[in-house]
Amino acid sequence: MRTTRRATPLPIGILATVGVAFLAIPLLGLLLRTPWSRLPELLTSPVATEALRLSLICSLAATAIAVLVGVPLAWVLAQSRLPGTTAVRALVTLPLVLPPVVGGVALLLAFGRRGVVGQYLYDWFGVQLPFSTAGVILAEAFVAMPFLVITVEGALRSADPRYDEAAATLGAGRWTVLRRVTLPLIAPALIAGTVLAWARALGEFGATITFAGNLPGVTQTLPLAVYAALDTDRDAAIALSLVLLVASLAVLLLLRDRYLRASSS
Amino acid sequence: MSRALAFGAVAVTAAAVIGSAGCSTNSTTSTTITVGAASSLTDVFAQIGDDFTRANPHITVRFTFAGSSSLAEQIVQGAPIDVFASAGTSSMQPLIDSQAVTDARAFASNSLQIAVPPGNPAGVTGLADLPGVTLLVCQEQVPCGGAAQRLFEKNSLSVSPASLEPDVRSVLTKIEADEADAGIVYVTDVRAAGDSVMGISIPDDQNVATLLQAAVVTDSAHRDAALAFVSFLNSPDAQARLAAAGFAAP
Repeated sequence: MRTTRRATPLPIGILATVGVAFLAIPLLGLLLRTPWSRLPELLTSPVATEALRLSLICSLAATAIAVLVGVPLAWVLAQSRLPGTTAVRALVTLPLVLPPVVGGVALLLAFGRRGVVGQYLYDWFGVQLPFSTAGVILAEAFVAMPFLVITVEGALRSADPRYDEAAATLGAGRWTVLRRVTLPLIAPALIAGTVLAWARALGEFGATITFAGNLPGVTQTLPLAVYAALDTDRDAAIALSLVLLVASLAVLLLLRDRYLRASSS
Repeated sequence: MSRALAFGAVAVTAAAVIGSAGCSTNSTTSTTITVGAASSLTDVFAQIGDDFTRANPHITVRFTFAGSSSLAEQIVQGAPIDVFASAGTSSMQPLIDSQAVTDARAFASNSLQIAVPPGNPAGVTGLADLPGVTLLVCQEQVPCGGAAQRLFEKNSLSVSPASLEPDVRSVLTKIEADEADAGIVYVTDVRAAGDSVMGISIPDDQNVATLLQAAVVTDSAHRDAALAFVSFLNSPDAQARLAAAGFAAP
């Protein structure tokens, strides 16, 4: 019963320190260069508030779509014993590893006004998704939903099916079991997946600028505003970056302490 | 893609050559200069670089292509660039003023054109048609966007673009895909895009010109070689290459 921790070997300690420094120094650089005194002024400028507002609306809407469609999808994937399930699972998680710009091009080819589906939307309803706020939401949902699907599906697969079976033998219908037993069981994973998807949607850049373009007030979200401001007002770019950094950090702290640890134990 | 690979191969070869030169006792000194050039010069500068090296075998030229404003920022931050070639004077002038670059001279000029999808589905015939169509322009921070803004002001045109794109390439991509009816880009961009887009000319009296300038970066370790390249841009050979790509004389 030796519980004393062995000392970390020196080479490993050194390399680990290099690793931490490599990841932390750029963020430190951002903080050191932040124009703190001008921060209120920079963050309340019309461009910044428009981008903040748009980012909040779009990321929340994209997350809502991801939850609405992604949870049923995760449920089906977890239950299915059909031979094609693995292929479908790979397909729906593809946006996770796909370069976002490629995702944007794919969206353009599918939902653009000459796209596979988009041409009908345009010809029949006059709906043009590129260069619209709806286009931003679509692009964000496209890249964010896989985070939710894999998180929830993982929880569903590892959940003990005996709880569901016990509820069923006690006379609960399928819907009741899902609502009263399954969903509460996977609640931590559902929340973690939702928050992860939201964070991904908030930071989305490549698919958005490729598919929805960049127009202040309509499609220019925070990351796009950072990119645009980098060329003119670096202080504004840093201030907006700081907002994204704080949001991401908050998400990670929340997840680590409340849900990631709980769901992995 | 293949061009990027080719550049990579050139860079690796150049590095190997420099590496071996450094170790050997060979007495001929070869120099490698890095030219930071605006994205719109990508194709033509690759040709001019070959011509230059043929005329000056001891100088190897490497290119880094990016938006003019990004390059200007990189030079201010001390990037190892020897020659800066910008599209438009707005990125160059602050560097001249702060003496970050010297020996600036114009080597070409460029004007604007309306790019439309093949077949011109919206029937755009000139500037007057732009207010009624889905229009793309570059964001004002990059030269093509600044020039588009001046174009609209000069012609008292009130337009509402569907998007302010980060660069010419993303304007053309969306025009090629027929997602927008028209885009404002440079004459040379339309020519480089080949058959994938059509160009609608803007008459000279309505058009605005953008001057392309090259300069030696003050901190360059290879001033003579850098100056030679800047001068070479105004040589008959280089001017012929520029004219073939659609640029006008400065």
